[in-house]
Amino acid sequence: MIELDNIDKWYGSYHALDHISGRVAEGEVVVVCGPSGSGKSTMIRTINRLEPLQGGSIRIKGHDVHTQCPNALRAGIGFVFQQFNLFPHLSVRENIMLSPVKVGGMTRAQATALTEELLAKVGLAHKIDAMPGNLSGGQQQRVAIARALAQKPPVILFDEPTSALDPEMVGEVLAVMKQLANEGMTMMVVTHEMGFARDVADRIWFMDEGRIVEENTPEGFFTSPGHPRAQRFLSDVTRSASPPH
Amino acid sequence: MLDILSNYGVMFLVGSWPNGPIGGFAATIILAGLGVLLSFPLALLIGLARAGSLRWPRYLATAWVYTFRGIPLVMIIFWAYFILPRMTGVTVPAFVTALCAIVIYESAFLGEIVRAGLQGLPAGQTEAARASGLSYAQTMWNVILPQALTNMLPSLVNQFVSTIKATSIVYVIGVQEVTFAAQQINSIELNSALQTFLVLAAFYFVACYVISSLAQLLEQKLARKRLGLA
Amino acid sequence: MEFDWGFLGTGNYAQKLATGVLTTLELFGTAWVGGFIIALLIVALRAVPFKPLGMLMRLFVEYHRNVPTVVQIMVWYFGMPQLLPDDLRMWINRGQSEFLFATVALSLNVSAYFSEDIRSGLRAIPHTQVEAGRSIGLSAVSVMRYVTVPQALRISVPPLLNRSLILFKDTSLAMVIGVTELTYQVKAIENLTFRSFEVFAISTLIYLACSLLIMGLGAWFGKRFPPAFKV
Repeated sequence: MIELDNIDKWYGSYHALDHISGRVAEGEVVVVCGPSGSGKSTMIRTINRLEPLQGGSIRIKGHDVHTQCPNALRAGIGFVFQQFNLFPHLSVRENIMLSPVKVGGMTRAQATALTEELLAKVGLAHKIDAMPGNLSGGQQQRVAIARALAQKPPVILFDEPTSALDPEMVGEVLAVMKQLANEGMTMMVVTHEMGFARDVADRIWFMDEGRIVEENTPEGFFTSPGHPRAQRFLSDVTRSASPPH
Repeated sequence: MLDILSNYGVMFLVGSWPNGPIGGFAATIILAGLGVLLSFPLALLIGLARAGSLRWPRYLATAWVYTFRGIPLVMIIFWAYFILPRMTGVTVPAFVTALCAIVIYESAFLGEIVRAGLQGLPAGQTEAARASGLSYAQTMWNVILPQALTNMLPSLVNQFVSTIKATSIVYVIGVQEVTFAAQQINSIELNSALQTFLVLAAFYFVACYVISSLAQLLEQKLARKRLGLA
Repeated sequence: MEFDWGFLGTGNYAQKLATGVLTTLELFGTAWVGGFIIALLIVALRAVPFKPLGMLMRLFVEYHRNVPTVVQIMVWYFGMPQLLPDDLRMWINRGQSEFLFATVALSLNVSAYFSEDIRSGLRAIPHTQVEAGRSIGLSAVSVMRYVTVPQALRISVPPLLNRSLILFKDTSLAMVIGVTELTYQVKAIENLTFRSFEVFAISTLIYLACSLLIMGLGAWFGKRFPPAFKV
């Protein structure tokens, strides 16, 4: 579904992404983790062209993303931000309907039906006419996921979806993401939530200093990581986290 | 001072109407209001250009803003008085000349307010809109402008107050607004200059103070609403 | 439309323009310095805990912010002589009263805005700075002098600069009472030579050059003395 081929990116003289390559197959859930500054968010943002590339290519379903019209490309990719980025002047309903109506060409009636269905799926059907300012962080993020789903994308990208949430709300968002994974959605998730990675990921990419230094299955990664940097990362993460169940 | 007000109050308010065109403070408000209203579309384009990523529109808009913020309004009025009849081939009434000058002048200031409003929104709003496939125009129309325009409202109202004060100079080309009326009254009542001009000042003071206070209330109301979103 | 720049060589038009620029700069300079000193006075007076004084200062500021500058000039030039005793009025009429009244009006006008800009800069400095200053033994006045005011001024510089630019442009308003600054001269030369475009163009460039200079000065000041405290 997604193919990254030797992608290279610089911010001035800082080499943010260094010859990154990887594949995400259809229906796969790939979790990208690593220390701060490793380039995880930068990489995922190059896929829907929120960040430009200096080298390499990215393909989605075989089509190079840089040859397509960016608006059409992005309408076909779901993106969930760390800061939710809901539109505060629009109701939940209007937030979700915006893309299907304005870009997808749906009628308002069709879009409304879709909105109700998606909100029910994320457990917020009763909030359809609420304003984002009146929702908790976890609720806002679930609406953001519904907004991404409204585009009916074949793949959804998540950029640290729970990092800005208070701990007690992380679970409700991860539950929605797990449900999507079980339904066969292709997902790439940048996250620090190792529990989610262990339970839901098909593969884990560990990044450090702009490179993917380790690619492994969850069992392989958590029990015996190969790369010394990955080993150090895991010991730092598990030292502060609660023991696995 | 009350004598001046009671004898000439109507003249201060509406000039020589109904025996002539609308003048006095009514004309001042109309001139200022029309000026800001007509200038706003232009200001919107300038603000969008200044905040946008296209190079040449940004350079041109920046040059426009620096130019019209750097010269006195009275010079712009003189330019307008000189150029407009040559451009259109007909005699242009003073009111129209003044209006054109004010529209151009205000476009630079309103343009900066628009720019600040656009740049004041978090980048995440544009990113989220673009990430869901909306084009630049759709993003502006549905997401950015509704929020930015609301945020700009107090500054726009304050600029309207500035415009009211700015119109006080246009009497030099014969526009019959309230300062013109005061000059006329002064030439009739030769020994009451202080009272006449203090009454003139009072008209502006009351209007500007009231409208500025409204802008402040609006600002507080918006700030409270924004905190609810935090 | 043909242009003739030669008019500058004939008569004393170039000299008129030069006088105009000089008068503009004199008006600007005098009003700026006077305005700044009066602004500091206002700020000091408003710090005094005497309510009627505070209200008087507030009235002063509001008057100068809500009445157009040209009207303020008119009140001074046309109105004030009425209040003066006859011999003083005669003495003033004999001299350069226009420049005097324009300067007074512009100084007071800009002082109102300057005082507000300075006050908001002072308000932006958190009280902890004062506490820190006092706890190293500085007196209240010394704290103001070495801790508060230097920081406050840096924050105030952008609005002060903006207002200085407006003051510079407002000098053109003095033409309505006959002060021979640049715009007055432009109008005079236009009436004599009918070379409207040329003389407008030259004066526009002069105003632009001065404005850009003021803005550039501000940018330099902002880089050299950045607000040390991130508000």
